[in-house]
Amino acid sequence: MTSSTEKPLTGNIPLDGSALDLPAYEQAGGYQAIRKVMNGGMTPKSVIAEVKNANLRGRGGAGFPTGVKWSFVPVGKDAPNPTYLVINADEMEPGTFKDRFLLERNPHQLIEGAIIAGFAIEADIAYIFLRGEYTLAAERISRAIAEAYERHYLGKNILGSGYNLELHLHLSAGRYICGDETGLLNALEGKRANPRAKPPFPVVVGLFGKPTVVNNVETISCVPHIINNGAEWFHGLSRTKDGGTKLYGVSGKVKRPGLWELPMGTTARELLEEHAGGMRDGLKFRGLLPGGSSTPFIVEEHLDTPMDFTEMPKAGSRLGTGTMIVLDDHTCPVGMAWNMTKFFARESCGFCTPCWSGLGWAERILRSMEYGHGKPGDLDKLASQAKMWSPGNTFCALAPGAADPLETAMKYFRPDFERHIVEERCPWR
Amino acid sequence: MATVYVDNKPYEMNPEENLLHGCVSQGLNLPYFCWHPALGSVGACRQCAVKVFKDEHDTQGKIVMSCMTPAAEGTRISIADAEAATFRAGVIEGLMLNHPHDCPVCDEGGECHLQDMTVMTGHDYRRYEFDKRTFRDQNLGPLVNHEPNRCIQCYRCVRYYRDYAGGKDLNAFASRNTVFFGRNEDGVLENEFSGNLVEICPTGVFTDKTLKHHYARKWDQQFAPSVCVHCALGCNIDAGERYGTLRRIVNRYNHEVNGYFLCDRGRFGYEFVNSERRLREPRLSGKPVSVVEARTHLEERADSGRVIGIGSPRASLEANFALRTLVGPEQFYSGMADGQAELAGRMIEILRRGPMRTPTLREIEECDAVFILGEDLTSVAPRMALSLRQSVRQQPMEIARQSNIPLWMDHGVRDALQDAKGPLYIATPYATRLDEVATATFRGAPDDLARLGFAVAHALDPEAPSAQDFPLAAEIANALKNAKKPLVISGMSCCSQAAMEAAANVAMAAHAALSLTAPECNTVGAALMGGSPLTAAFEAVRNGHADTMIILENDLYRRAPATEVDAFLGAAKHVIVLDHLANPTTEKAELELPAGTFAESDGTFISSEGRAQRFFQVFVPQNDVLASWRWLKPDKWQNLDDVLAALSRALPELASASYAAPSAAFRIAGAKIPRSPHRESGRTAALVNITISEPKTPEDPDSALSYSMEGTPDKPPAALIPFFWSPGWNSIQATNAYQTEPGGPLRGGDAGVRMFEPAAANGQTWFSDIPPAFEPREGEWLLVPMYHFIGSEELSPAARGLRELATKPHVAVNCDDLVEGAEVEVSCASGTFRLPVRLQPDLPRGVACLSAGIAPLSGVTMPAWGKIERPK
Repeated sequence: MTSSTEKPLTGNIPLDGSALDLPAYEQAGGYQAIRKVMNGGMTPKSVIAEVKNANLRGRGGAGFPTGVKWSFVPVGKDAPNPTYLVINADEMEPGTFKDRFLLERNPHQLIEGAIIAGFAIEADIAYIFLRGEYTLAAERISRAIAEAYERHYLGKNILGSGYNLELHLHLSAGRYICGDETGLLNALEGKRANPRAKPPFPVVVGLFGKPTVVNNVETISCVPHIINNGAEWFHGLSRTKDGGTKLYGVSGKVKRPGLWELPMGTTARELLEEHAGGMRDGLKFRGLLPGGSSTPFIVEEHLDTPMDFTEMPKAGSRLGTGTMIVLDDHTCPVGMAWNMTKFFARESCGFCTPCWSGLGWAERILRSMEYGHGKPGDLDKLASQAKMWSPGNTFCALAPGAADPLETAMKYFRPDFERHIVEERCPWR
Repeated sequence: MATVYVDNKPYEMNPEENLLHGCVSQGLNLPYFCWHPALGSVGACRQCAVKVFKDEHDTQGKIVMSCMTPAAEGTRISIADAEAATFRAGVIEGLMLNHPHDCPVCDEGGECHLQDMTVMTGHDYRRYEFDKRTFRDQNLGPLVNHEPNRCIQCYRCVRYYRDYAGGKDLNAFASRNTVFFGRNEDGVLENEFSGNLVEICPTGVFTDKTLKHHYARKWDQQFAPSVCVHCALGCNIDAGERYGTLRRIVNRYNHEVNGYFLCDRGRFGYEFVNSERRLREPRLSGKPVSVVEARTHLEERADSGRVIGIGSPRASLEANFALRTLVGPEQFYSGMADGQAELAGRMIEILRRGPMRTPTLREIEECDAVFILGEDLTSVAPRMALSLRQSVRQQPMEIARQSNIPLWMDHGVRDALQDAKGPLYIATPYATRLDEVATATFRGAPDDLARLGFAVAHALDPEAPSAQDFPLAAEIANALKNAKKPLVISGMSCCSQAAMEAAANVAMAAHAALSLTAPECNTVGAALMGGSPLTAAFEAVRNGHADTMIILENDLYRRAPATEVDAFLGAAKHVIVLDHLANPTTEKAELELPAGTFAESDGTFISSEGRAQRFFQVFVPQNDVLASWRWLKPDKWQNLDDVLAALSRALPELASASYAAPSAAFRIAGAKIPRSPHRESGRTAALVNITISEPKTPEDPDSALSYSMEGTPDKPPAALIPFFWSPGWNSIQATNAYQTEPGGPLRGGDAGVRMFEPAAANGQTWFSDIPPAFEPREGEWLLVPMYHFIGSEELSPAARGLRELATKPHVAVNCDDLVEGAEVEVSCASGTFRLPVRLQPDLPRGVACLSAGIAPLSGVTMPAWGKIERPK
């Protein structure tokens, strides 16, 4: 796509709330990338090499290099059959609404990316696993898929290349745990959405036991642009080593909450102060969760950290989904911690003990604190529970993701927690 | 073996296994819940956390789940590490948040894995101050009790019930800390192996409902090692008693036979021992007499010179032999109906002849292609059906191996295998429960099943004779040929000698193992003992050679049509019957002698595998009940060992049965093996309301077991394990301590002696007696037996619980003119019976199935031609 090189993912999206439809998408250079791949002599290997060189890292939150993931898929005559591509569109991270924007407003970009990704991993069948509540996205994606089939971008012998791909839309029954790629696979198979043990990894044993790549919506949406413009160009979009642009979001009591496509590595301060317009009048900034509720808090001293996969850990946090939630001084940090812990406790799949049991307990402690029934020793109990949820102690990343905001809230806002206990009430209520 | 360092001490561990398995093998106390040797690892409970270190210089280490980590060479772990220990205590604390702490009123108390593990981690102080989540209990039927408030969400129940046993009506519902394990509504658990939930559940969610009716703590029960009497597989059990009532059955692990699991018939059928139908005193002409009078009468009659003895395939070798000795070999009859005797004889002949070997149930689990010819296994040999549900996974297991997934990584393996099933072909007259995991099924009359078998053998080896080709034959032959461990199963229940012979041909042609089922717990033993079948006995009375008969534990009305039995018993002047339950035969007895059940006697059964196994008296009955062989034995035999010595002399080919268990003289460091666990309360308090002086415990002249809690603290040999216990391990999970490794053989070898091994391949000839193809007859039906999991076997329907689950007798047909549930009259040579109809459209035309073994059909001789008519 040529018209919007600075904002390749969102630059062509109409501002009236409608989706970029097929004619407009094609006019803006859409579906050229698949022509380049199918008819321009590219091979699955060369596609993977291009994406590897672009250093595209998974936008679902974990930041795993996409090209590397693709290269793990067994291919060739003896490889198991079929191979699946699954697009994780089960966006349920609190404070995160970036994939929704791409799904509702630029569905063909996602489909084109899926075709290229499918080609690269020699997939036979692709699924878009969509959050059930995203009804508008479901409607628009369904229509776009039908259009793509009509144009023979999907189905048998795509553009005469001999490559076949079926693409299905699947609506999730709705659990946060489906965001875990293996929980998603179980759900897609019609089973309980409990995460799976790894190894075996999904690239070897995935959906219905076959090799499967699971990629996030934003990740896949980047792919056509990398193919069209090359890895070097994609690098150039970014301010840091991690390639490309990023959809950043800001929510909380800021002047202009919203979503922006910006160079990867834009700092938290720039986002907060320039793009979101700073705190609402009369409110002071206290801290923020940079990438959805399952990332650790950062505070004033960290605001100049570039928001990418490499730099954020240095500030003790993670990029996550890149959609921050901002805490102000008129909002109770204990209440916020309670709210998030309640969410995680509710969404625990119930498989491993520290998660299903400990989250429920922590939620009860925070609730009682918030209602003025906190007791001395509660903070120790919370700390000991959060420790139980360390990575490796639990089966998947849900509970560690719940520990991060809770532990950092207790670190940065400890006096507020203590006041709840001493004053036997929430000072903000 | 790999060297793994645990707290800096080297241990040898199996590198094909995980660290938890290795630690438990070494007797290290590492707590766990979700892992089970038969179910593998899933990493749900997080209880078995240890620290793993990169090398000897690594002091930091990281926490891993030992069940999810391979026991690789050189691995260094710590169980004692403070951080790991704190984490494990934290996991228990988490599990206990919602647990009701109702141990005093919980049936699991005292043998609860959750109690043991809680103590092991040292968690003892409750910090949780909020209310607990609660569930509603479900009524899961008469066998298994459900109390989900105690649940710790370990997922073992659904993994066992669904993944292992193939059940569908138990599931995990909801999420977070409210996962509910149960049915979607109240109702009887459908799976035939539901009782194992009682032992699989680490706490008191699933408990034995039959035990509830007469509850006693484990430490208050007196146990003996025993063998199940409800089919011929010989599953090993431990039976528990208190105050003269048999309280329950628990699994007695035998690596080669039942492993960790029993069927519900075996686990819950025991209550026939407590039945109101029990004969408890000798009766002469209907009047109670003393033991001395009864014995005098018996001796007089036995000496009269015109006596015959009728043995029984459900009585022990010792009881049959005592009768044989009493009446003389010439006057001893096997007690089997002619057709059954012939089938049993042929079965033994085939197994002895070889070259096919009869596999153990464990070996069956390892088979990777199976052909069943004629048997409804879930009904006639249930535990074998559970083994087959594992064997269908063998071939697909290759997928896991190729993906380098350790086979103990249960969910990983299942994710890779999905629903893939290896070859299992089932050819039976009617649909069976195992059909759902079969590659293909074949329905036919017994003769056609045999013809299919001959065709399969022919497809494998052109030398093998065949009379007809079947489209399925080549497919089955191929599957068997391509298998590493092929298996053929047939047996007596189909009542077709030709089918058994065809199965033998297939097994020989495929170099496969051959398993043949038998109907009763000692059918094979009775057949080996010999003696003419029933009509010969009838004949002896009819032609006046005999006027007195002694019938041993045998209801003849289940062996022959009532009219024939009536005539036979009517013609005899004196009928002496030994049995434990009143039945139509005991009603005809002049002298009725109360025989001990398996729980009140010692003896030996030979299973369909050919394995001789000893069962031991659980308790001394408080009345005139005696083991049958004790009623019948000559004075010079003092104890069981004397019977066995005489048996070995008289019948040398049965001599090895003596070695099924150590003799009565066996001691460990001079001590007997206690039948009772040591208990806090103490035996002495039990009778203190009657006498304050401690009564003498009964002597046991027949075994190395004592009727007390005193005895050796050491672990006994496999045949003498009355209960599983190890310090800190009060639940059945203590089985670990008796095995060479979890899920492996018992230390010192598993119980039982195989009575015959087949001859090597030496040019055995093909069976060639191929029956003609089945021709339906106009206006007539071929009546064949249809077996029911509960109902067809003789003793289990006398048990409370199973009684209400027993199938009602009926006739199944494939007929357009009849309606489901309508009453019809079925008439055949054995009589006329009014029965409801069940329509089964997959039955072969011209074949009707009659409920086997259920009154009024229990004595019907089948297969037989008969008529089915609407009642006039």
